[in-house]
Amino acid sequence: MVETPRPRWTFRRPSVIPGFGISFGYTLTCLGLIVLLPLAGLVVKASGLGLSGIWNVATDPRVASALRISFGVSAVAALVASTFGFLVAWVLTRYRFPGRKLVDAAVDLPFALPTAVAGIALASLYAPDGLLGAPLARLGIQAAYTPVGIFIAMVFIGLPFAVRTVQPLIAEIDKEIEEASATLGATRIITLTKVVLPPLIPAVLTGFALAFARGVGEYGSIIFIAGNLPYVSEIAPLLIVIKLSEFDYGGAAAIATIMLGISFLTLLAINLIQAWSRRRFGYV
Amino acid sequence: MSEIFSPISVPMAKPAQAASEGAITRGVLIGIAVTFLALFLVLPLFAVFTQALSKGIAAFLDAFREPDAWSAIRLTLTVAAIAVPFNVVLGLAASWAIAKFEFPGKALLITLIDLPFSVSPVVSGLIYVLLFGSQGLFGTWLIDHGIQILFALPGIVLATVFVTFPFVARELIPLMQEQGTAEEEAALTLGASGLHVFRTVTLPNIRWGLLYSVLLCNARAMGEFGAVSVVSGHIRGLTNTIPLHVEILYNEYNFVAAFAVASLLAVLALITLVLKSVLEWRFAGELAHGRAH
Repeated sequence: MVETPRPRWTFRRPSVIPGFGISFGYTLTCLGLIVLLPLAGLVVKASGLGLSGIWNVATDPRVASALRISFGVSAVAALVASTFGFLVAWVLTRYRFPGRKLVDAAVDLPFALPTAVAGIALASLYAPDGLLGAPLARLGIQAAYTPVGIFIAMVFIGLPFAVRTVQPLIAEIDKEIEEASATLGATRIITLTKVVLPPLIPAVLTGFALAFARGVGEYGSIIFIAGNLPYVSEIAPLLIVIKLSEFDYGGAAAIATIMLGISFLTLLAINLIQAWSRRRFGYV
Repeated sequence: MSEIFSPISVPMAKPAQAASEGAITRGVLIGIAVTFLALFLVLPLFAVFTQALSKGIAAFLDAFREPDAWSAIRLTLTVAAIAVPFNVVLGLAASWAIAKFEFPGKALLITLIDLPFSVSPVVSGLIYVLLFGSQGLFGTWLIDHGIQILFALPGIVLATVFVTFPFVARELIPLMQEQGTAEEEAALTLGASGLHVFRTVTLPNIRWGLLYSVLLCNARAMGEFGAVSVVSGHIRGLTNTIPLHVEILYNEYNFVAAFAVASLLAVLALITLVLKSVLEWRFAGELAHGRAH
């Protein structure tokens, strides 16, 4: 009996399809030069400051206040976006009503509309004499040039993330489970809270995390409505721009590193949620 | 006997009814969702056009008589004309390597390609300032050799390519993975050359997905603000893209002109949305399933 020789280990599994070398090499080269190398430059610059240097920047009152506003307001906005996002996703997948497809398409508007355009539009709508700003002002709420304005802009850009992460999962729910629950005597509320909602929670959390991360980093749609008053409505990305215009590269890199660090933790949280969800429910 | 088995004798709600909300609840929920979307998403779009036309058509058109507006439009078109084809080539290469072959570290590679999506636009611009700025890593070398990257076209293109980097690849990778390698292998076995197989087998299979991703990539490339704003230097008539020109007009309290130029981008967004929806309705089976956008 002839023993087949053990195949030599190769980086990729052998295949008749050509072009691995060139496509893989080109991808790695572009990725390295355009994405990884510049990001490494940021890490190098920030590590030049040392942990104490970054800490000094982070604890500067103006920076600390901007970070607090960016992360704090974004958390509230992501909460609102994921709540209403869930409702929108539910209505769009479960109910049939005239104009449903149009509404579904409109959800992606914040993806398609350039942030600067959204920014000036929101600023004009919520200005004290604006279409929505005037009624709000009569209620005693000043939206423009306050954290409320930042909140509105962040809900705007976070909403599609919240809707689009939950929507496919609502569509996949097996209606028979709900029918079984109803047949066994559960009221609709019980069925929703005990049968329908639990498997959707990981997706809702993922949508929250994506909207949160997007809100923290967002710039264009916020700066016009925010008014950018230091300590009141100044966001962290704007402070990076200000530091750069003052040629304070170190300070800008430090703020960016802090933001990247927190965003990285958010991404990690998303992955943990999804891993947990796979174990618990067998899907993401 | 027949009395017992008659379905009427068992008083039970129809499962179809019990497994959904009542008509009133539905109506209220639809009402809330639609009102919320109208207020938060549609009204801002509407405001762009009403503000642009608030002083009449003549004032609207005046915004486009300015040479600076035209140079901004030209610059934006130039940047998109470089960034979008670059992303198409990259997306095709990345998805070919990732979907058609098995190699270790694939998940890491996909994560790294996706990385620019989780970086703030401002940080995306900042990293190039740190490299090419006057006090950056290569700053002195570039000045000595008279090469201008920052505050010029190369910097704007780089920042745009960075923020759009994942767009084509992340649509094509799952699409090609779903399609597998059987068709290509069959064609190759029948004697077709690699390039011929790619042109006649792979490309037709992914054309709608490719078009879909090009649409979204182009919208982002033309509309990018944060990253471009950091690297452009805001030189009027030279390094201002359309979004930056809108910002300058707005900050000069020239609202009608700002919204008039912005309405160009709003129209682009609307066209993108319509085409995207048409592709989703007509060719859902030929787009990557379960895109997380």
